[in-house]
Amino acid sequence: MSRLPPLRPDLAHIADWVEPHTRVLDLGCGDGSLLAWLQAEKHCKVYGVEIDSEKLLSCISKGLSVVQGDIDHGLALLGRARFDVIILSQVLQATHRTEQLLQDIGRIGRKAIVSSPNFGHWSHVLSLLQGRMPVNARLPYQWFNTPNLHFATTRDFETLLDRLQLRVTRREYLQEQAHGMVPVRAFTALRATLAIYEFHATHSQKDSSP
Amino acid sequence: MSETATCQTATDCVKLEPMTDLQNNTPSGRDLGPVDEQVAAFDAPLPLVSGQSFGPYHLAFETYGSLNATRSNAVLICHALNASHHVAGTRRDQPENRGWWDNMVGPGKPVDTDRFFVVGVNNLGSCFGSTGPSSMDPASGRPYGSQFPVITVEDWVNAQARLADRLGIERFAAVMGGSLGGMQALQWSIAYPSRVGHAVIIASTARLTAQNIAFNEVARRAILNDPEFHGGNYYSHGVVPRLGLSIARMVGHITYLSDDSMAQKFGRNLQSADRYQYGFEAEFQIESYLRHQGEKFSNYFDANTYLLITRALDYYDPTRRTDGSLTQALAPASCHFCLVSFTTDWRFSPERSREIVAALMEGGHAVTYSEIDAPHGHDAFLMADPQYHAVVRAYFDRIHQTLCEQHDQP
Repeated sequence: MSRLPPLRPDLAHIADWVEPHTRVLDLGCGDGSLLAWLQAEKHCKVYGVEIDSEKLLSCISKGLSVVQGDIDHGLALLGRARFDVIILSQVLQATHRTEQLLQDIGRIGRKAIVSSPNFGHWSHVLSLLQGRMPVNARLPYQWFNTPNLHFATTRDFETLLDRLQLRVTRREYLQEQAHGMVPVRAFTALRATLAIYEFHATHSQKDSSP
Repeated sequence: MSETATCQTATDCVKLEPMTDLQNNTPSGRDLGPVDEQVAAFDAPLPLVSGQSFGPYHLAFETYGSLNATRSNAVLICHALNASHHVAGTRRDQPENRGWWDNMVGPGKPVDTDRFFVVGVNNLGSCFGSTGPSSMDPASGRPYGSQFPVITVEDWVNAQARLADRLGIERFAAVMGGSLGGMQALQWSIAYPSRVGHAVIIASTARLTAQNIAFNEVARRAILNDPEFHGGNYYSHGVVPRLGLSIARMVGHITYLSDDSMAQKFGRNLQSADRYQYGFEAEFQIESYLRHQGEKFSNYFDANTYLLITRALDYYDPTRRTDGSLTQALAPASCHFCLVSFTTDWRFSPERSREIVAALMEGGHAVTYSEIDAPHGHDAFLMADPQYHAVVRAYFDRIHQTLCEQHDQP
């Protein structure tokens, strides 16, 4: 019955890091491609949260458990539900309460997998040196219509995780090639277009507020 | 109606694009045409949650579409406070009488009767065909009146299960309802987990809030204090507590509409003059509208039934047996859930649905939830909002597809 199309390269990397038969929550799950794949191929129990009505319908058509909601309003809609893996695939940069969200997922998930575009990529730097905000296939928006609220480099993002006591247990820097996305090993800060992190909360259930 | 609906036969497993009518505000699908009421009589008394038992009794119902060979495509539609088993189409004997959810259920509609065998059932205690307080009590030869027992949501569902047995339906592909009907779908999922594939719960709640009960109490007081109520035995006096019932309806009606929809429809508009009359007649259009709704309702609805149904609403609380834990209350359920709420519904607000969704997620149940941005308040569940219908359509398309895949397996 498996008639699933191959996953987008960055999603395939995320899927690799999800153990079979685990309980997965994808925040901002889009059309549900990743969840459908994890459900069919890794037999995970999957849940998604998505705000967009059209994308929600795509998820319903795939038979997925998906909840319509705005993750910027907090994760109260999840109640006391807990998950083995929480995925945030390229959505963090478009959230208002990023810090709170990261803390929340550290609280309700055993581990998190987060992918984030690297705004420090050399082409962006070059563009800025030429006096222009970067606009390309990965960042197809103009400064006045972008949904992205935060522009962080990989290093910025890692600093935030560190400050929130979220321990990175795995990381991968990726860049596009003709055949998909391949890992970058050297000069990652400039060469990576996307970074994927796996992290765990180190302060389990403890209130981190001063 | 601009969409040319393509007829999907029961064996057609082609996946439909769920969004065909998103841009189209008119309901999609074709007319179901004339339908007939059926009646099932039950001699064995039904044990009630109250400890009493009741019977013999009969249930009125309607069916649309056809049951497939494996009897796997049945969908039960549960009704809310003032509706009945007449869900879709027009009654053959009353051509003006169109079903209350005709925009949702029918050929080519979100709940597609070309694919599903849909059962509409009238609940015990109703005044629309099933045995109720206005029915003749064989023991006394008079209407039951005050002798009719208090019926709960659990009792209704148990009675519906008996009807399913009678129809040869071991398992419903889906049980669906809005508002109080959604409570019955929820109860099905808990009480008969092996008999429900999907519970579709729209604009509903797992239990009433104090505010909900408060409104019900006002409605009941209006009826109980009507001088024509006669302790519930008004039938033998040849009267009906029309005034009380109409006030009950007026109160209820306010809770079905949103502040905005009322403002938009009526505002502060006056009936005729643009000057105040400095009296207490219906001067504002909203007053006249509510009075009209109340009076209309009191002409066709039974006051005892209104008391019974509002009480069933108050009493329903599956968490009473689980120390208030909804997660535990839902633990027996094994079906998939689809919940829909409407942003402007303040009777059963989205928060009430989210509470169920969170409990389901905590318990590891499969659940889909959509929050529809609609202006009509609680009544939105009866309207053909394109996004709302697209969600239900996509959900039932998927059920249909799964049924087809099961049939394809040897």
